[in-house]
Amino acid sequence: MAQTFSAKTLYQKIYASHVVGKLNPSTDLLFVDRHLIHEVTSPQAFSGLKLANRTVRRPDLTFATMDHNVSTQRRSMDAAGETSRKQLEALAANCDENNIPLLDLTHPDQGIVHVIGPEQGLTQPGMIIVCGDSHTSTHGAFGALAFGIGTSEVEHVLATQTLPQQQAKTLKVEINGELSSHVTPKDVIMAVIAKLGTAGGNGYVAEFCGSTIAAMSMEGRMTLCNMSIEMGAKAGLIAPDATTFAYLKGKAHAPQAEHWDAAVDYWQSLYSDADAVFDHTVTIDANAITPQITWGTNPEQVIAVDQSVPSPASFSDATKRDAAERALAYMGLEPGQKLTDCKVDVVFIGSCTNSRIEDLRAAASVVQGKQVAAGVRALVVPGSGIVKRQAEQEGLADIFKGAGFEWREPGCSMCLGMNDDRVAAGERCASTSNRNFEGRQGRGARTHLVSPAMAAAAAIAGKFVNIAAAANEKGDWA
Amino acid sequence: MSKIFAQGLVCPLDKNNVDTDQIIPKQFLTSVSRDGFAEAMFFDWRYLADGSPNPDFVINEPAYAGASILLTRANFGCGSSREHAPWAIQQYGFNVIIAESFADIFFNNSVNNGMLLIQLSKTNIDLLFSRCQQGPQNWQIDLASQEIMFGNNAALGFKIDADIKQRLLAGLDFIGNSEQLNSQITDFEQSRKASQPWLG
Repeated sequence: MAQTFSAKTLYQKIYASHVVGKLNPSTDLLFVDRHLIHEVTSPQAFSGLKLANRTVRRPDLTFATMDHNVSTQRRSMDAAGETSRKQLEALAANCDENNIPLLDLTHPDQGIVHVIGPEQGLTQPGMIIVCGDSHTSTHGAFGALAFGIGTSEVEHVLATQTLPQQQAKTLKVEINGELSSHVTPKDVIMAVIAKLGTAGGNGYVAEFCGSTIAAMSMEGRMTLCNMSIEMGAKAGLIAPDATTFAYLKGKAHAPQAEHWDAAVDYWQSLYSDADAVFDHTVTIDANAITPQITWGTNPEQVIAVDQSVPSPASFSDATKRDAAERALAYMGLEPGQKLTDCKVDVVFIGSCTNSRIEDLRAAASVVQGKQVAAGVRALVVPGSGIVKRQAEQEGLADIFKGAGFEWREPGCSMCLGMNDDRVAAGERCASTSNRNFEGRQGRGARTHLVSPAMAAAAAIAGKFVNIAAAANEKGDWA
Repeated sequence: MSKIFAQGLVCPLDKNNVDTDQIIPKQFLTSVSRDGFAEAMFFDWRYLADGSPNPDFVINEPAYAGASILLTRANFGCGSSREHAPWAIQQYGFNVIIAESFADIFFNNSVNNGMLLIQLSKTNIDLLFSRCQQGPQNWQIDLASQEIMFGNNAALGFKIDADIKQRLLAGLDFIGNSEQLNSQITDFEQSRKASQPWLG
């Protein structure tokens, strides 16, 4: 084998550089460079800390925001109800008591934790980043090892700034070729999940590479890594490059002038060695990817929008067949049906997957000069105050509002419906979020995951549209 | 060596990809407490829209009242990292979950709450489900010898990570155990500050 003894994958390099010590033969204690916290998964961790007379070891490496249960209509703490207010106040009190910086509801940059981390320059290559939220995988777009943790682990990190870990297996997802017009990083990751399945990444850290990734913006890379968790991967990872460095330069918490060159020098060492061996490799042809849409109730139940809803009988695996039957019943769909014949009731453009400026630009370009179809309720929820202001400056907000979209304040919103942004039972939603689970957006809600451009087109047409086929040579689609 | 970790009635939940939104829906996540989630477990499946128990959901079948071992299929606990999911399952009364596979975060969260998660091959999971079809099952889980014991000397072995086994058997304090490396954490912080001063 040509592998040299020292050849390592990017994941293995980051892992090795964070080992504080060994807890036992197979478990290492790893140092955590950045701990992001929010209101939902931290209160019990702070209570536990207090109960054990422990303190926050590194408040300077901890950073908090309010996002999951905030109202997107008003910026007041009680706007999403009494229990939400209590949880938001608990976060504010815990941050205050422990000197943890917090972007609260009054802060102009407040937003979804996985949008603001990168925006503030808190997310940097080579870091280990954790947060009590599964979509922490988003930050892997910067070549950081970033993963979601539970509340017991949040408490552990608060107390020690470390986390016990065992080495994960490595998965290489190589994607080459140019994406067709109106095919987005969201479609790419949905196609990857369709291929690997919702558990295909269990036990693995996935590294995305190839010419498609190299050409992708940071926003696109974040969308890709964001949904790595939907195939069960512990983390998604992309080696940092000039695109990464350019994004970070000048960000509030990025390395400042005196350290910038040294930081970039270090970041440039963060790649998988050419002869590093991955436990598993898959290759994807980007040219073949068309706009994707979920038809079922988990993210692997995906088709290209021009395909028909599959028949349960087409699944050879009995449990997949049962799951398909249940999903079709829940979704109110028939085998063979075209989703492009399916009416939508709600359109949600937002979430940590697709609420960044590039997502809003893509959606606005589809909406421009058109109106939301009668009977469709359409929301745009920008990912952060910074995204919101930029979209307003660029005139995107006016395009959305003029077309009949609601233009909201930043938050997680209808992705999980912890606040009052919910989809009613039986309603069909075109959503740019990441999970089409039963009841996720509201009990009985029927979620179809799509890209921002596809969601925007569905809002205008009142039904799902094959945006790639509809677009003419001028780039206009209807 | 023998150490019974758990024993009791088995509830078969015959589904793949049970996600944490199903295990505990969003409306219960606004609590700031670690307790009180038992009633919320599997809420949308367990209760009808009018709030009454759904008679078609297995957990509600009288034969499974008081079950303490949950048997299910692949990728159990996928989705959100909410630790409220294992809290709800544990507070309902399940100490052991047996499945073909588990999502990583859910697995860690459960172990951190002292629960035993047993992963078996699809063939063995099929076998256990077919046992359940013969009538309510009472099993013993021996963690020390790594066996599920069905009675009448019938047993099935399982594999478990040695560290997790040790933690569950000894009931180690998750944070306290790591704090033993406190001086190494301090050393690491100092060398990190010297080599990568921009990190703080």
